Amino acid sequence: MIVVELIKMLRRPRTWLIIGMLVALPTLVAILLAVTDLGPRPGTGPPFLSAVLSDGTLFPLAALGVVLPLLLPIAVAVLGGDAIAGESQTGTLRYLLIRPVGRTHLLLAKLVTVVAFVLLAVLVVVAVSYAEGRLLLGRAPATGTVSLSGSTLTQQELGWRTALALGYVIISMLGVAAVALFFSTLTRSSIGAALGTIGVLVASTVLLGLDAGSALHPFLPTRYWLAFVDLFRDPILWRDVVRGLVVQLGYLTVFTLAAWANFGTKDIDD
Amino acid sequence: MTSAALTNGHVIRTRALTKRYGELRAVDGVDLEVRAGDVYGFLGANGSGKTTTVRMLLGLVLPTSGEAEVLGKPMPTARRSVLPRIGSLVESPAAYPHLSGSANLALLDATGSDRSRREARRTKIVYALEQVGLDPVDRRPVRTYSQGMRQRLGIAAVLMRRAPLLILDEPSNGLDPEGIQEIRRLLLELNAQGTTIFLSSHLLAEVEQMCTRVGVLRRGRLILQEQLDSLLQPTGLVAVRTRDVDQCITLLGPVVASVAGDRLLVRAKDPARLNAYLVGERVRVDEIGPYRRTLEDVVLEAEARA
Repeated sequence: MIVVELIKMLRRPRTWLIIGMLVALPTLVAILLAVTDLGPRPGTGPPFLSAVLSDGTLFPLAALGVVLPLLLPIAVAVLGGDAIAGESQTGTLRYLLIRPVGRTHLLLAKLVTVVAFVLLAVLVVVAVSYAEGRLLLGRAPATGTVSLSGSTLTQQELGWRTALALGYVIISMLGVAAVALFFSTLTRSSIGAALGTIGVLVASTVLLGLDAGSALHPFLPTRYWLAFVDLFRDPILWRDVVRGLVVQLGYLTVFTLAAWANFGTKDIDD
Repeated sequence: MTSAALTNGHVIRTRALTKRYGELRAVDGVDLEVRAGDVYGFLGANGSGKTTTVRMLLGLVLPTSGEAEVLGKPMPTARRSVLPRIGSLVESPAAYPHLSGSANLALLDATGSDRSRREARRTKIVYALEQVGLDPVDRRPVRTYSQGMRQRLGIAAVLMRRAPLLILDEPSNGLDPEGIQEIRRLLLELNAQGTTIFLSSHLLAEVEQMCTRVGVLRRGRLILQEQLDSLLQPTGLVAVRTRDVDQCITLLGPVVASVAGDRLLVRAKDPARLNAYLVGERVRVDEIGPYRRTLEDVVLEAEARA
């Protein structure tokens, strides 16, 4: 079933349209930086953007920093929200369930597929932005890339830290995916489920900007998204990364269970 | 058909099957009995509870109370072993609009417990599409299909597995008269080979032409369930159409059962003798013959009683 869902995801034009959009934004940023040579002042703007002018090898990370706060979670909300509600809308859900495909099995396959989409999207973004960084932006200094703490990272160190950052970004999307999947079992409208999920993310972002809500901050799904930046300090600052992992796994568990509880006994009468 | 034999030849059997949505009883104490080899016509107006019943038989909707047994096993608990042996069309057919018909069938076949290997799948798909008159090499996406083509694709999906039981909800929906006839012939052929067919429909004529047994649902209640030939057996009445109605009534007296316009129903065994008698008395007989009820009459009567 997982393989079938993956094939369905890959054969859908929408998947590639979304990935195209995810790649387009960092590409535009790279072109603008290369043409104007105007980076944000150090310490402002998205992470790494000021550094990439002198060191193009950091551009994949800058690209992740550009898509992570908004575009990538929206993409996940759209795909996750469509998972069950979309099948319900096309009427294919009832035909899947009478094959029969087990309801738990179907939910699991949908969740795995959304995560696979995030992996695919992130890899494409990183690959394209790596090429763009090499071609359009500055070369790495011969001595090696400079970490955020000022020390020098070898190519090898930069490589595995980038891999860790990729893993962290993917895990950061698990919470969104689970929330979207839960909403997707509640409604017949995939747009409704996606908008509900985006609503949760917007609420989380608004609360993060509110000092009065500081007691809630550690539990908000978007709180630690950009903590992957800490992986490029020397030594690595693990605190927020670990907290981010715990928060995401919490959302994943709670909302996947909620989705399962709702979908497992639901009357399929669309 | 082995497991059907376990329940006295019943392929579908429900006991007081009920589905309530709040105050509304969508399905209310239904006792269905479908036997092996039947072509069972499940009749009822739109909204009478047919689709909810079908969905309960397939485990999509959970009953509020009552029991359902399909192919000898309780549903929905035994859905894992029962559903692979049913081919079904639930309400309208459905397909992924951006994929071709055969790609849709391939995806469907790749799910579930009875998926086949690649080459076998290809053969199965070509066979199923040809059976319903669709072109297996057609690469156009389903989005461009007409409603009739979509319906045919839905039936092709049903034919992909050699199931002992077909549960079909309005199978001729959206088909042109020629298509309706083709599908009817196909279903009767499958039935002749031993497939039990449970067909829900609101078209009396369709059911009358195909079915061996009918059940009529009205506002969630099963108001009639019988073998079709016993419902439509000769009535012992002769229908006479004549311009001389009054003369007829005077001549025949109490054997006239009813009069409606220029049409009389007369209690008589032999239409030919009645005809000879009436003509001998100079009654102008326009039409005469044994009176058979149509399924429509039967259903209307049952509804009037209910």
